[in-house]
Amino acid sequence: MNYATTENPADWKLPSPRKLGILTLILAESALFTIFVVAYLFYMGKSLNGPYPHEVLEFPLLGTIALFSSSGTIFLAERCLRAGDKPGFSLWWGVTAALGTYFLYFTGAEWYHLIFEKNLTLASNTFGTTFYSLVGLHAFHVIVGVLLLLAILISALRGRLHSDHTEHVEAISYYWHFVDCIWIVVLTVVYILSVRVPQ
Amino acid sequence: MSQETIIDENYRMPEPVRVGEETGSLTRVMQQVVFTVDHKKLGLMYIGAGLLFFVIAGFLAALMRIQLAFPNNNFLPPDVFNQSFTMHGTTMVFLVGMPLAFGFANYLVPLMIGARDMAFPRLNAFGFWVFFFSGLFLYFSYVGAPGLYAAGSAPDVGWFAYSPLTTKAFSRGHSTDYWTLSLLLGGIGSVATALNILVTVFCMRCPGMTLGRLPIFVWCMVVLAFLVILALPCLSACQIMISLDRYLGAKFFDTQAGGDAVLWQHFFWIFGHPEVYILIMPAFAITSEVIPVFSRKPIFGYPIMVAAVVAIAFISLGVWAHHMFCVGMVSLANAFFVTSTLLVSVPTGIKIFNWLATMYGGKLRFELPLIFCIGFLFQFLMAGLTGVMLAVAPFTWQLSDSYFVVAHFHYVLIGGLLFTIFAGIYYWYPKALGKMPNYKLGLLHFWLFTIGFHMTFLPQHFLGFLGMPRRIYTYQDDRGWDTMNLISTIGVAIQAAGILFFVFNLIYSYIWGKKSGDDPWDAWTLEWATTSPPPEYNFAKLPVVKSRRPLWDAKHPEDPDWKHE
Repeated sequence: MNYATTENPADWKLPSPRKLGILTLILAESALFTIFVVAYLFYMGKSLNGPYPHEVLEFPLLGTIALFSSSGTIFLAERCLRAGDKPGFSLWWGVTAALGTYFLYFTGAEWYHLIFEKNLTLASNTFGTTFYSLVGLHAFHVIVGVLLLLAILISALRGRLHSDHTEHVEAISYYWHFVDCIWIVVLTVVYILSVRVPQ
Repeated sequence: MSQETIIDENYRMPEPVRVGEETGSLTRVMQQVVFTVDHKKLGLMYIGAGLLFFVIAGFLAALMRIQLAFPNNNFLPPDVFNQSFTMHGTTMVFLVGMPLAFGFANYLVPLMIGARDMAFPRLNAFGFWVFFFSGLFLYFSYVGAPGLYAAGSAPDVGWFAYSPLTTKAFSRGHSTDYWTLSLLLGGIGSVATALNILVTVFCMRCPGMTLGRLPIFVWCMVVLAFLVILALPCLSACQIMISLDRYLGAKFFDTQAGGDAVLWQHFFWIFGHPEVYILIMPAFAITSEVIPVFSRKPIFGYPIMVAAVVAIAFISLGVWAHHMFCVGMVSLANAFFVTSTLLVSVPTGIKIFNWLATMYGGKLRFELPLIFCIGFLFQFLMAGLTGVMLAVAPFTWQLSDSYFVVAHFHYVLIGGLLFTIFAGIYYWYPKALGKMPNYKLGLLHFWLFTIGFHMTFLPQHFLGFLGMPRRIYTYQDDRGWDTMNLISTIGVAIQAAGILFFVFNLIYSYIWGKKSGDDPWDAWTLEWATTSPPPEYNFAKLPVVKSRRPLWDAKHPEDPDWKHE
């Protein structure tokens, strides 16, 4: 084999540890989510007693719009940082955090409605068990994401963030996009598929 | 120009600057241990902690063997017996096998790829301490957990904790929670360390160390890390589900409420089978380094070896239900898992043939590492053959949960893994501590341990055929099991004597052993290019690599490898 191009140490280029680190973390998180998604699919339509998905679940339109658009705003924030536009970055980054927080508020309201008005809890049936664990795991990741976003936002507002932090910011945005992708799966499985499965 | 000067000029500072080397009070030493982020110290701490837990879990095994030595024995009460096999299994898998693998990876991967540390040194320390405290937490159950029997009950649900044994109704008190939370905690540490290994290999290699030139040890550790990243989160999911079931009334495995106990088995073994390959990966890694060096030949079929280890990892993700042939899956599922399991033997066979081909025609030096690796080859072959037998579903229907299975996986984990761990410790002992291990003590260790090991586990195959189930705490004297059980127990005593010589050798050689020099085995990978023990920064000047055997190139400038590769 010919490795002639690598003979000169100056040409030696390797991927950035931060990016690969966050991608590996995302891989591990995907494995974690896979088990909960499989558990949900496995028990779909198998609850022995109500409440059933089609009776209680409503499509979470506003929360979904908020979360999906936050992927766009975080992209805009990154573009501002690369261009050196710090106020623009803080603005779009703040909007992203706000959208994430709104999603959490929306989920909280949904859960309140389900628990106190529809009597669906983790202990109600296998639907309740798998629903709250899967959606809850996702919401937990959104909480972590919002905390990370806020940590960066505070540094940015205190003027501590510079253009050489793009990689840090990029790592967090990867995580945020991942949380969004998981929501696509959860949305499909929980709010689109399971409400159509007959009991 | 002598070999020494070439290595000197390339990789060493003329006068090594030792950072943080000042010896002082005990507090100072403790500080260095607790605050260190050096991959070499953490690696040794991983190996030390792993060996400590190994001795504890081995002690539990000895207790169980004493109980089983005679029929109707009253040495251990049944509840303590249940706790013992649970703690033995859990400890050996999570607190011995994985930490030892991580210890070797930590110590050697950065050195072998010519890096100064892991990619995330603080994450590395975090991983170690999380693992260590998860171990302490598990053992605290012996004094702290109110269980079914009394306060101070260790977990007693077996290391795979089948549902519904773990439900509140059958596992009162908190002993199962100690098991659950300890594994959840340990899983976080394992994922952190695996992530670190992956990122280190892909982002920290020295110039010229292309993926095609990585030592096979490093390749195996990459595969191990990938498996940990994919498998351990599944275990964490399992632990979260048990905890939700036990404390918030969730119905995951509650059969009366529509839950499914078999789902636990699927979820657990989706983690559990890749875990088996995680545990055997260090064996592949160490053997692939030891055999070439002591046969004085480069490894035979490098690309095939790498492909085989990747293939094993890939196939291992799709074989989990061969642990479940007896739960009544549909025949299509049985057929699939039989086929996929048999498929594993192909790349594994390739590896064994390649190791043999490496030795074939080589100038064998029967030093301790090679002796242990030869033991590994024979025993791992036997383990593989019983593995192929158990892969066939009807065979498992006959022998599932019998002592045949116990014998099979102890041949894998002791005859396979542990022998190479010993080989690895003897091989890199001079590098880590600067002293040669004592050959005669090592030989005593080898023969005592080998004889004891076969005495203990060979009869267990036959006990399985004679129908002795695993995990029973005693048996009647008319079953024809007593002689072989007694032989098996005597074997444990001989193994223990072997381990005693091993531990004594480690201490003796450290104090009285002769100085090893930097490269006592005349090896070819980069860890031998620096001093023994290596300085904190590993390499004063980062090496530049042109072939798979960089040190051969440095020692033989007239005929370097890169001209041929």
